[in-house]
Amino acid sequence: MATSTSRTAMPTQRSNSSRLLDKGFVWVTGAFAIGVGLVLLAIAYRVGTDSLPAIQRFGLGFLATTRWSVNDEVFGALTQIYGTLVTSFIALLIAVPIGIGVALFLSEDYLPPRIKQPIVFLIELLAAIPSVVYGLWGIFVLIPLLRPFGIWLNANFGWIPIFSTAPAGPGIYAAGIILSIMILPIIAAISRDALVAVPTEIRQAAYGLGATRWETIFQIILPAAFSGIVGGIMLALGRAMGETMAVTMVIGNSNSIDLSILSQGSTVSSLLANQFAEAGGLQVSSLMYAALILFGLTLVVNVLAELIVRRFSLKL
Amino acid sequence: MAPELQNARKTDTVFRTENLNIYYGDFLAVRDITIEIHKNKITAFIGPSGCGKSTVLRCFNRLNDLIQSFHMDGKLFYRDQDLYAAEIDPVEVRRQIGMVFQKPNPFPKSIYDNIAFGPRLLGYKGDMDELVERSLKQAALWDDVKDKLKEMGTDLSGGQQQRLCIARAIAVQPDVILMDEPCSSLDPISTLKVEDLLQELKEKYTILIVTHNMQQASRASDRTAFFNVEANAKGQRTGYIVEYDRTEVIFQSPQEQATQAYVSGRFG
Repeated sequence: MATSTSRTAMPTQRSNSSRLLDKGFVWVTGAFAIGVGLVLLAIAYRVGTDSLPAIQRFGLGFLATTRWSVNDEVFGALTQIYGTLVTSFIALLIAVPIGIGVALFLSEDYLPPRIKQPIVFLIELLAAIPSVVYGLWGIFVLIPLLRPFGIWLNANFGWIPIFSTAPAGPGIYAAGIILSIMILPIIAAISRDALVAVPTEIRQAAYGLGATRWETIFQIILPAAFSGIVGGIMLALGRAMGETMAVTMVIGNSNSIDLSILSQGSTVSSLLANQFAEAGGLQVSSLMYAALILFGLTLVVNVLAELIVRRFSLKL
Repeated sequence: MAPELQNARKTDTVFRTENLNIYYGDFLAVRDITIEIHKNKITAFIGPSGCGKSTVLRCFNRLNDLIQSFHMDGKLFYRDQDLYAAEIDPVEVRRQIGMVFQKPNPFPKSIYDNIAFGPRLLGYKGDMDELVERSLKQAALWDDVKDKLKEMGTDLSGGQQQRLCIARAIAVQPDVILMDEPCSSLDPISTLKVEDLLQELKEKYTILIVTHNMQQASRASDRTAFFNVEANAKGQRTGYIVEYDRTEVIFQSPQEQATQAYVSGRFG
């Protein structure tokens, strides 16, 4: 009987402490994951409840009016919403083609690795520059540099509404350009990853059929990497809409809406940065309302990104 | 189409090489390849791993040009035209000499667009629907996919994907089809289908096939080249052709002992 009991015993008996460690690990990591989600919900809840007075007072009209008067306690954020969308749009307009171009150049074998690697690193380093430094650079370098160009645009193309005002120095276009530089590394890095991930076999199949390099890139590689590239662009858009410091420093912070991109303006985030310190009462609530809208905008962008990525993602 | 390559279609020897040496950087990968490939025949390259069969195959459509460290000396003639002459555009070469790869590699596009890709590059003016149907029929895939041409090529099974890749190669009406172990990732039934297909295709095309599978070479090919590999003093392994003859000679009465040993399964 003694032999039979030893035979039925499990070959490796795990100690209780080892099992406990396993369980504990699952619990701890689970708590971290849930905790992060809860933080998001808590922020959303706080912003939501704090903005309630403003929502009750102004309703959806808040989105459609431009008046922001602390003395009369009348608030509307159309100017800022418009500024946020326009600066982000300008940023994408510049950064998307350049970013994808950079990604293409660095994903193909144009350069030997020892030259390519440092360039990749430098571009990614752009993302590491603090935004206040971008803002300073914008004030002292970019704006003076852009001024003659803005004057020329206004003088020659002033009949187009978006160039219809004389540039005042800071303005929407300066903010858009600063933003484009800030989001460029996001688009370039994510697009490059997506392009590099396209299997070599597919590339070779295209070359094997007598496709040139350009035909291969435009007809095979870019479509195959499409979902990844869109994902990168959307991430960049989210960054552009929320970016505060650099934009606040170069946009001019005027509460007036003007189609001209040479005019001054403001964004939701620059409004928040400028006013929160001295705000009280309904103004705080209105700022919270504006923050909620920004929150909503970025949420929409992210959901859209997710949908586009799913719709076009290709099984490779 | 380049006129040099156009004229070249007329002769009976499709490829002729003279003392090809293939290097990756300083490393001599394959040496001294002298071989003639005949029209409308299936020529098999067999041999142990690392003997340079695929490397040699990829010289015939200049696909090795994509590898930066690749260079080659010796001569490679495609129908009397020096394929590596300065005036020859590798893109033109690949339009004449199609390729099917080891791993099925359909584009992440619809079945239809996979086939139409090559003809569109060439500016095909005829009836594309008809060409797609004809190519798929030649590749024995039409009945499997005729109702789902809009679905992704990548959703097909492995065997179907490989036949799709063959159909894609045929669609540009090449002169030669190079196949680099086309059945190595397929199950036995799909493998037999592809082998049957080869017999039909050789009516119209010249086929070169690299294979690990000796039965496949003996079943399917007309001529066989046996490659072997030897290491030099520094341990670098260089491939070379031991023997090249009609397939039945290689498998039944080879001249070289190494061939005999390999085809009877004693090594490799």
